[in-house]
Amino acid sequence: MSRDAILSAIRRGLRRGPLPADQRAMIEGRLATHPRHLIPARSRLPRAEQVALFIRNVEKEFGTVARVPGAQDVPAAVADYLAAQNLPSRFALAPHPELTGLPWSSRPMLEFEARRAQPSDAVAVQHGFAAIAETGTLMLPSDAARPTTLNILADTGIVVLRASRIVGAYEEAWDLLRAERRDPVTGGFMPRNVMLVTGPSRSADIEQTLELGAHGPRRLHIILLDDDPAVLPAA
Amino acid sequence: MVQITSPAFKRNAARALGDAGLQKALGKAKGAFLQRRAEAVARLPEFEALREIGRDIKNHTLANLDVYLEIYAANVERAGGTVHWCSTAEEARAAVLEICRKAGARTVTKGKSMISEEIALNDHLERHGITPVETDLGEYIIQLRGEHPSHIIAPAFHLNREDWEADFRRMHTDLPADRVFHERRDILAEARTKLRERFLAADVGITGANFLIAETGSSVIVTNEGNGDLTQTLPRVHIALASIEKVVPTLEDACTLLRLLARSATGQDFSVYTTFSTGGRRPGDLDGPEEYHVVLIDNGRSNMIGTEFQEMLRCIRCAACMNHCPVYGVTGGHAYGWVYPGPMGSVLTPSLVGVDKAGHLPNASTFCGKCESVCPMKIPLPKMMRHWREREFERHLTPAAARRNLGLWAWFAKRPGMYRLATRAAVGALRLLGRGKGAFRSLPLAGGWTAGRDLPVPEGGTFMARYARMQRGR
Repeated sequence: MSRDAILSAIRRGLRRGPLPADQRAMIEGRLATHPRHLIPARSRLPRAEQVALFIRNVEKEFGTVARVPGAQDVPAAVADYLAAQNLPSRFALAPHPELTGLPWSSRPMLEFEARRAQPSDAVAVQHGFAAIAETGTLMLPSDAARPTTLNILADTGIVVLRASRIVGAYEEAWDLLRAERRDPVTGGFMPRNVMLVTGPSRSADIEQTLELGAHGPRRLHIILLDDDPAVLPAA
Repeated sequence: MVQITSPAFKRNAARALGDAGLQKALGKAKGAFLQRRAEAVARLPEFEALREIGRDIKNHTLANLDVYLEIYAANVERAGGTVHWCSTAEEARAAVLEICRKAGARTVTKGKSMISEEIALNDHLERHGITPVETDLGEYIIQLRGEHPSHIIAPAFHLNREDWEADFRRMHTDLPADRVFHERRDILAEARTKLRERFLAADVGITGANFLIAETGSSVIVTNEGNGDLTQTLPRVHIALASIEKVVPTLEDACTLLRLLARSATGQDFSVYTTFSTGGRRPGDLDGPEEYHVVLIDNGRSNMIGTEFQEMLRCIRCAACMNHCPVYGVTGGHAYGWVYPGPMGSVLTPSLVGVDKAGHLPNASTFCGKCESVCPMKIPLPKMMRHWREREFERHLTPAAARRNLGLWAWFAKRPGMYRLATRAAVGALRLLGRGKGAFRSLPLAGGWTAGRDLPVPEGGTFMARYARMQRGR
């Protein structure tokens, strides 16, 4: 069997048999404690500055951000963005209670269905699980309430993100997932899919010159809900 | 099989140097990569420290590769996925074909994967009635042209905008023939529309993997276009192709390597989409593939472990070495004659296809050392190219004239007095011959060498003479 052939070829190269139990235990210990390595200083900042760094990095990568003071302001922010971009007011919405529970009736012109994205959708509104200031990156784990197609299929992606969910480094976002999610199949924390998204889709395959809008969204807009008193924008 | 034309490197390189279109494309593309990488590195003061840590992570993993692969495979299976262990390219092709057949697949979409090129998967699928569709923009045009990638992260590195326009007009015959491409953006938009239909129709999606995570049983892809995500999310079956050295222990280890990868590759701080896939659709999920397979491929890599080429298995395929290589910069990737070009290819290709076929590649280096200095995994590429030259010499694959001259040189080198005498005589003679010239365009007995370059007329005596003068002047 090829599995055994590959493993024994590796062991031959390493000039040993199967790893002795004590060394194997060290490997398992390293996996269980998953130690962090060097985390760049750029994101080691007070909360308010971390959020500002996140926004700067999103904008550097051609995304846009609108800050709103409360959950009740999200429908207006979605409506305003769609109107400003001259986009239709119909969209697919992540079936997440934090989003379906918003006061959408305050903007009766908006039409939406809470579901996965379909190829005909021009706009998708996704729920942001967490975000990473270090590079302006969203963490979007798949879930019944957070379908993956909403991340990639529509021309315009909108993500609603709470400011309290912005962390400095990737490792801190993984720790949130580790702490908060239980997978129904594995009993671990990893869902089927986790996308780290940094700005809208792009390609530099034609003469190594960057063009936005390859196969994923041409626009990525983040509606940032200021739910964290420590990070309210300076008055 | 991708035909191996590495034995014809010299002829390939000469043809590349005379190809005006290629030289134009190389000239345009190269500067952009170098500048963007330098800027990205300058923005991260910890970059050097991260290189050291990245190297140590990979070394630790390789020293325990059997254990990490076992744990990785167990975790894939716990998440409902299947691992297909394949020793050879042939086994890997058969495994993919069987999954496609069971799925009743007629078309498969593909994300960018160099291991797919290495195992020549597309030809195999086509021969068995399954249509593979490359969806990475660069891979897409390469497939339209019936070519192979000339660069590991920018497959269409050798093409100019005019080539794109001409190929799209030739292949997309259902669109108006007189349409105008005002901007690069219009070319991109046409590819997007064309490929959208293919994404939706595909029965199976095949991607590569930048990393495998033992801790969680995940495969990771890194893209800017989003094609890899559409490829693996929309069809009912997802196959990830990965070679055995892609495994790393934990998500934290992957984070460190990801901080190095995009900066070294495209000069971005982070790629647009970094996606972790773990098993198939969970109960309640509204989308995603129902089946998740990993085709785990050795194809010669386990033989590199324990040899002087083991360190090559640290490579994360960023392409910084080829972007900075003066040889790649003038020949482009196709001249190297197989899947992996540039310095990493010059080390890896002889390991995977044999030094008898690929012996020219480790010789096609000026040993300037730039590749090693930019390699995020600190792989000693020049040293390993030297190892290949030694093996080639030991196996008597080096041409007779070169062996004779090396033997002659070795005889003198072991006799320092004779060596100094001989070099002094040679330098003196060359100075006499070359008086007022500056450089020789041809020399008797060295026609092979001067055919491709000029030899400067020596100035200021031999190295040893100058060295002795400097010592006295101290």
